[in-house]
Amino acid sequence: MSTTLKPASPPEAPTLPTPEKPGGRNPMAAHPALWLFPVPALVLYVTFFVIPTIQGVIYSVTDWDGFSPTAQFVGLDNFVTIFTSDDLFRNALSNNIKFMLVVVVFQTIFSLVLAVFLSKNSKSSVALRSVFFFPTILSSVSVAFIWKFVYDPNFGLINSVLEAVGLGRFQSAFLGNDNQAIYWVALTQVWFHVGQMMIIFIAGLQQIPQELYESAETDGASRWQQFRHITLPMVAPATAIVMAYTTVQSFKAFDLILGLGGNPPKSSLDILSTRIYSGFANSQFGYAAAESLVFMALIAAITWIQRRAVKASNPDA
Amino acid sequence: MSYQLTRRAVLAVYAVLVIVPLVVVIFGSFKTSQDLFASPFAPPTTWRGGNYQKVVGESGLGVAFRNSVIVTGLSVPLTLFVASLASYGIARTTGWKSALLFGFIVLGMAVPAQANMIPQYVQFETFGLTNSLLGLVLINIVTTLPIAVFIMTGFLKTLPKELFEAAAVDGSGPWRTYRSVVLPVSVPSLSATAIFLFVIHWNDLLYPLLFINDAAKRTIPVALLSFQGEFLTDYPLLFTGVVVASAPIVIAYVFLQRYFVAGITAGAVKG
Repeated sequence: MSTTLKPASPPEAPTLPTPEKPGGRNPMAAHPALWLFPVPALVLYVTFFVIPTIQGVIYSVTDWDGFSPTAQFVGLDNFVTIFTSDDLFRNALSNNIKFMLVVVVFQTIFSLVLAVFLSKNSKSSVALRSVFFFPTILSSVSVAFIWKFVYDPNFGLINSVLEAVGLGRFQSAFLGNDNQAIYWVALTQVWFHVGQMMIIFIAGLQQIPQELYESAETDGASRWQQFRHITLPMVAPATAIVMAYTTVQSFKAFDLILGLGGNPPKSSLDILSTRIYSGFANSQFGYAAAESLVFMALIAAITWIQRRAVKASNPDA
Repeated sequence: MSYQLTRRAVLAVYAVLVIVPLVVVIFGSFKTSQDLFASPFAPPTTWRGGNYQKVVGESGLGVAFRNSVIVTGLSVPLTLFVASLASYGIARTTGWKSALLFGFIVLGMAVPAQANMIPQYVQFETFGLTNSLLGLVLINIVTTLPIAVFIMTGFLKTLPKELFEAAAVDGSGPWRTYRSVVLPVSVPSLSATAIFLFVIHWNDLLYPLLFINDAAKRTIPVALLSFQGEFLTDYPLLFTGVVVASAPIVIAYVFLQRYFVAGITAGAVKG
């Protein structure tokens, strides 16, 4: 966070007296050569990022297969198909929304609860923070393999434990159950990233002036009331960040889905990003490019709506 | 006090949920499948390294590991270099052109990789950069450039102007100022960004999966993903792969934790 990104104490300014300014240049003005510094970044960014993005828009109105030298211009046909008659797309979108709802709700609540419990800088809190943060640094494929075993219907950790404590009747097929699979992946995603969001909340919580709690305490406010009327409104900016980040992250859960659901994933685990990838793998470049644009627009729209909602609910924030 | 009780209970339960699966994985990597299924939580009766030999040798994770070291080892410093140059230029210039430049580069953060991957594949193919480690280095630089520029420009703008002015008065041109003032002063920001990039580049699955066909050029996440087809439910082997794949990052985490938290969180808090 910004607090930990403080600059080291700057080195002492050079003290050698140099009365003449080179070329009579005013040292307060920006040196023109400074404009050259972003050039390497710009060249790479434009060549391999911006131009492809624009090309993507062009592909999206064609039926290009990715190999043929020519492609047919099909206008908005791809988009019409996406919105009216593509059941696979609709299925992926619906999985994505289910996934997002579970992840956003659970990840936000869990990370806030953990943050509240660990916001004081005691030794044990700091230690637990680094434990809870740990899964974030793993690769999605690693996390997927760990949870594949947790969820394994025959030998998995959850079913073994349920069996051992005599609750065998609650055993589940987890990922094998098509109605539930996407939710179990969502919980894995929460386990994966809750620690990261917790750190954002802790940074927010530590900025709340302690006097607010002290005076609430003297007024006889309960812990719940303090949480409801001080913590929650004061931490709203962090909540906005966490929810926005979690939403975007949940739409990109590509690796986790491939790791847990196989490549290509079965339809109960197919999400938009894996759908686009399948389009690519099946040489439907034009169509997949159109799906990509819808995907991008969707993320932008959700982020925007969330921002509005957070602003509306916290006029002071 | 019931608050303290609740707090402890919640923290204890969550600590178990995080730690137990990780311990099962580490123990499991030394077990046979039968041992793992019979008693998943127990430490292995004998610590056999057979899974590691198999995973690193036969299954080619060793080669993938080397490829990942090369790709990440080049991507991180090069991204930092290109991004810090750009950030310095942007932070030290003013006016609408500078703001436009910043906005243009940072806008890249709004484009999800999955939405851009197909035309990017075509572009890299055109340049003969698919199926090449160099191509992966390039795509890593390009995709993380916007966020790196965002973080570092933000940092450089917090530096006192006098620092640069003093250097200019002293006759230092922009390049010398970059090397002898900007870089040394930016070490904390560079380190945090480096860790952030290290985690992203090391763990990236999407682009290597897309760009690499040749098994000898796979990076760790792709090689690991291919395990699920190869070994199906040979969990001890999957776990061994997980341990090998995660080792460099975990070791770095143990020693550089502060930078991990700072870097990864700075990446999240991009407004």
